Amino acid sequence: MVEPYLYLSPAVIVIALVMLVPLAIGISYAFQAVNLLRPFQTGWVGFENFQALWSDRKFWLALTNTFWWTLGSIIFQFFLGLGLALLLNTRFYGKRLVQALVFLPWAVPTFLSALTWAWLFNPTIGPLPHWLAALGILSEPFNILGDPNLAMWGPITANVWFGIPFFAITLLAALQSIPGELYEAAEIDGASTWQKFTKITLPFLAPMIAITVMLRTIWIANFADLIFVMTGGGPANSTQILSTYIFTTAFRKLDFGYASAIAVALLGLLLIYAAVLLVLRRKLVKI
Amino acid sequence: MNALRQASPWVVTGKYLALAFYVAFALFPLYWLAKIAVTPDKLIFSEGTALVPSRFTFENFQTVLLQTDFLAYFRNSLIVSLVTAAVTTMIAAAAGYAFSRFDFRGKRLIIALMLITQMFPLLMIIAPIYKIVAALGLLNSLTSLIIVYTAFNIPFATFLMQSFFDGIPKDLEDAGMIDGCTRFEALRKIVLPLTLPGLGATLGFIFTAAWSELLFALMLINSNDAMTFPVGLLTFVSKFSVDWGQMMAAGVLALVPSCLFFIFIQRYLVQGLTSGAVKG
Repeated sequence: MVEPYLYLSPAVIVIALVMLVPLAIGISYAFQAVNLLRPFQTGWVGFENFQALWSDRKFWLALTNTFWWTLGSIIFQFFLGLGLALLLNTRFYGKRLVQALVFLPWAVPTFLSALTWAWLFNPTIGPLPHWLAALGILSEPFNILGDPNLAMWGPITANVWFGIPFFAITLLAALQSIPGELYEAAEIDGASTWQKFTKITLPFLAPMIAITVMLRTIWIANFADLIFVMTGGGPANSTQILSTYIFTTAFRKLDFGYASAIAVALLGLLLIYAAVLLVLRRKLVKI
Repeated sequence: MNALRQASPWVVTGKYLALAFYVAFALFPLYWLAKIAVTPDKLIFSEGTALVPSRFTFENFQTVLLQTDFLAYFRNSLIVSLVTAAVTTMIAAAAGYAFSRFDFRGKRLIIALMLITQMFPLLMIIAPIYKIVAALGLLNSLTSLIIVYTAFNIPFATFLMQSFFDGIPKDLEDAGMIDGCTRFEALRKIVLPLTLPGLGATLGFIFTAAWSELLFALMLINSNDAMTFPVGLLTFVSKFSVDWGQMMAAGVLALVPSCLFFIFIQRYLVQGLTSGAVKG
């Protein structure tokens, strides 16, 4: 039977040529000296790039930042996305319009949401610092993107705004596939709303939650655009995450070898994370 | 009996309040973008934080459209996104059909391969791709962007298309084939027309993704002639960092195509994911 292979061949060929071959080359770069500023010092260097990484303070800082950036973004995106999906799964006036409007941020080009949020946080043309000051959260209306202690909240806010629709769409799809009879039966048995949520809804959503949270975590950890545009990793590297560090190492310092070593380290961490989550999923989700 | 039970007014009020919060949160930044775009230059700073400007103008749009390179950026982005979306959707529809309808040797391996591409940092391949594109002499070409974006988007588009095909009963093709079509004819004449919403959703999704991509475009394109919208707007920001109104107007223009597409496709996205999730 050749038919399925015929249908699949264009996809497989393109993915192999444009993603898997460069991936193999990229991994090999991590063990080489590839610096465009020093074109004559090339060749295999073994683990030298990784040794440099181990003693690179910026790398450890970026790793810590990656952790907070990812955790902060995923928690708010997930819970707000779940709340939105639950709301959209009920009946109310103007549902079609509301659904189209609340999903809209996902359609906004990332660079543009980054610029827009940077403008919102800017006290001269944006209202946010003034509102935060009026609420007593900020002592005076200044730009939190310029404060090393607070700057990360800027990109996280933009990311939450941008990412809620993704969770809402996928969880809403999962909610709509739960058979309605289950709820009817539970109601006849006198189950409370909370019981129905924890005994029916959550177990049904669990597989979808596990897979979306895993994919999104990996995606957010790798996601450089928002930070790149909003803060460029600053002030004082306080928003530098591994993926922006990779990008600037590759394209400001033109040190492809070192950039690849950082990327391999990030890939390794993400693989460990995915493995842990998959094991947890097998233990917790009994479907 | 239960159908007659009324939800308490507090719960209903709470629900509408929560919905209002989500709508406001989703729309406010876009409103602000549009607001500054129509504010006359002189008022942008003096009325910086006012909710509504005291006067409106479309001057910023005029300037952006007539006196800058934005139309060229817009055209480049449109070409890249449309071609990427069309090619990706065709390739992904074929692959998704194969996953949905056939069992064959190596299926799990190919699925695993596609999942892996969703897991590794795309920045991993940024340096090798740059070197390959440079070696092929394709730097500063829209072709290079189209090829890279197509590859990036095939895996997700394939899974999406698969879930749409899964939602269409297999009997339909079988009936067609009994009536004497080949499988390909059955696919073309019977299945594909039924998958139109799915094809549209995939097309729109890929279009939006390609329209927004920044980092690879930033890396592979340096010449002004070949810049896509995101790159053009970013260089605009750093060159003319005082022209808030023009930047916002350009931003509003950048929003239009992807938002139009998205409003049209979002229902089908939920639908497609639902039919896939049932089999999950």
